[in-house]
Amino acid sequence: MISAFASDPLLIGDLDLTIVVIVIVKTIVVFALLMVAVMFYIWFMRKVIADMQNRIGPQRAGPFGILQTLADGIKLFFKEQSEPATADKPVFRLAPYLAILPAFLAFAIVPIGGVVSIAGHRTLLQLADPPIGVLFLLAMSGIGLYGVMLAGWASGSKYPLLGSVRASAQLLSYEAAMGLAIVAVLIQSGSLSTREIVNGQAWDGIGSIVSQWNWAQVAFVPFVIFLIAAMAETNHPPFDLVEAEQELVGGFHTEYTGIRFAIFFLAEFMNLITMCAIAVTLFLGGPSGPSLTGLGIAGDNWLNTWVMPIVWFMVKVLVLLYATVWVRASLPRLRYDQLMNFGWKVLIEVAFVWAMITAVLVIAREDGAGTVDMLITAAAALVGAAIILGILYLCIPKREEIEEIK
Amino acid sequence: MTAVLFFLFAAAALAGALGVVLSRNPVHSALWLVLTLLSVAVFFLLQSAQLVAAVQVIVYAGAIVVLFLFVIMLLGVDREETLSDPIKLQRPAAIVLGVLMLGEVLVLAGHEWATGAQTAHGVPIHGLMDTGTDPGNNIERVARVLFTDFLWPFQLTAALLVVAVIGAIVLARRSGERPEDPGPGIPAAERARPGSGSGERPEADAETSEGTS
Repeated sequence: MISAFASDPLLIGDLDLTIVVIVIVKTIVVFALLMVAVMFYIWFMRKVIADMQNRIGPQRAGPFGILQTLADGIKLFFKEQSEPATADKPVFRLAPYLAILPAFLAFAIVPIGGVVSIAGHRTLLQLADPPIGVLFLLAMSGIGLYGVMLAGWASGSKYPLLGSVRASAQLLSYEAAMGLAIVAVLIQSGSLSTREIVNGQAWDGIGSIVSQWNWAQVAFVPFVIFLIAAMAETNHPPFDLVEAEQELVGGFHTEYTGIRFAIFFLAEFMNLITMCAIAVTLFLGGPSGPSLTGLGIAGDNWLNTWVMPIVWFMVKVLVLLYATVWVRASLPRLRYDQLMNFGWKVLIEVAFVWAMITAVLVIAREDGAGTVDMLITAAAALVGAAIILGILYLCIPKREEIEEIK
Repeated sequence: MTAVLFFLFAAAALAGALGVVLSRNPVHSALWLVLTLLSVAVFFLLQSAQLVAAVQVIVYAGAIVVLFLFVIMLLGVDREETLSDPIKLQRPAAIVLGVLMLGEVLVLAGHEWATGAQTAHGVPIHGLMDTGTDPGNNIERVARVLFTDFLWPFQLTAALLVVAVIGAIVLARRSGERPEDPGPGIPAAERARPGSGSGERPEADAETSEGTS
């Protein structure tokens, strides 16, 4: 049977009640984990930023202020919800849920751990491994735009509308760069399935670093482009023009209060965590890492099958999340034209050229090129890319010429 | 299970289509359109056409309708429209074309498809799955066909899109607005003077015409 999810051993063959229950339990656990992760991320972010700014940060609720987010959430939940008289009521109420749903759904394709047995069934520790894998992420980030956009429009006032117009332009622009950065990884791994991408990067001894060339082709350029584009997609500073406080009051969520406001923030941070998890999946090998077999624990021990992959995954995500907090604390917001210039004139070009070079190298290796040949091919590809970019650059009219045309 | 999903999303698709026609507010129409597009994506999934389903969501729901909304917001046409026809004979023409379309769909439903999906008459799988070579999954099959048998049309389509983009930029730049440094306040200016193109609009216009061409 060719089903959409057939790469998961759980779903090969007939469905019975146990399998349905396992899938439902997995869904609920992932949802709960994401919610808790958002709570802790907000606390973590506030603490780290406070530390970087020589402040103390949240400290009242719970030990080290760890329950601060929970307290804020409860407060927002019981607050009155106001709706502007000019608002488009149904869309206004729908928008927060449109924002949070894709953020959660995109996490479904992230492999959290390896293959485990639950109640006698073997299954992957991830919600779904569809063959379209990464395309699902792109689809969800496309849908995710609706929440922000409609929130701004439905509020029926100026600043939210400006925020949502900015959001749609920004997200569409950076989606292109993100897609092209992902293309390099896909060419390298030859599959769209997240599970196969992760397996392709698995640790295979020190020799694999040189022999596979993964790191040289995807570790630097596409990884950095993906991180930048992911921050722009999630409206993370320095790309938070959508809710620029000094210019737009609160941007798209200016008119929102109470739990709907909280849901927008939940969606934003959930998106950020999902993007970091995807970055770990695409570039950092997901849950793979050294196991405990060196310490005398057998390979099929529960520590090696269950705990270690999850620990590696969490550690990698945490490192990336710390990096996002670092960026948030240190970089000032971009101006709108800077944002557009950077996205369209730098990121997309670099990502595109790099995808081409990766394709050339993959073909060269499939044709049996050795290390020296690979280096020559890479150099030739770089020179070719430079020539093409140079010609394109010469085609761009200079400022004076544009004035003349007018 | 498949039948249940089909009827569920068929109802959703029809409801969305009716919503598009019956809504008086263009933004609501666009949202109903998204519902229809997503339901159609589910139909593709039910036919094991996973790539087409993903492309449907990414391109139509994720980009084209977003650009519709973008333009509606920028031009400020989010008011209720009058129901009088500016063009005579529009309604009879629509009815005739609709009937033709229905006939076309009914005829096409009896045909076999290259992707190997079953027809409405239950004619068994035909085409690439039977070639004997390793068929691979849905995406690999589409990629193989796209870059071998249909390479020339594929490249022509790409060229067509580039032409559309360049044409849109040329048209937008000719309007006499300063193209540089629009600054953050440009959307407000756009709303005040609908129809003037500058700043980020070239990209938006280009992609809109891409979608409609």
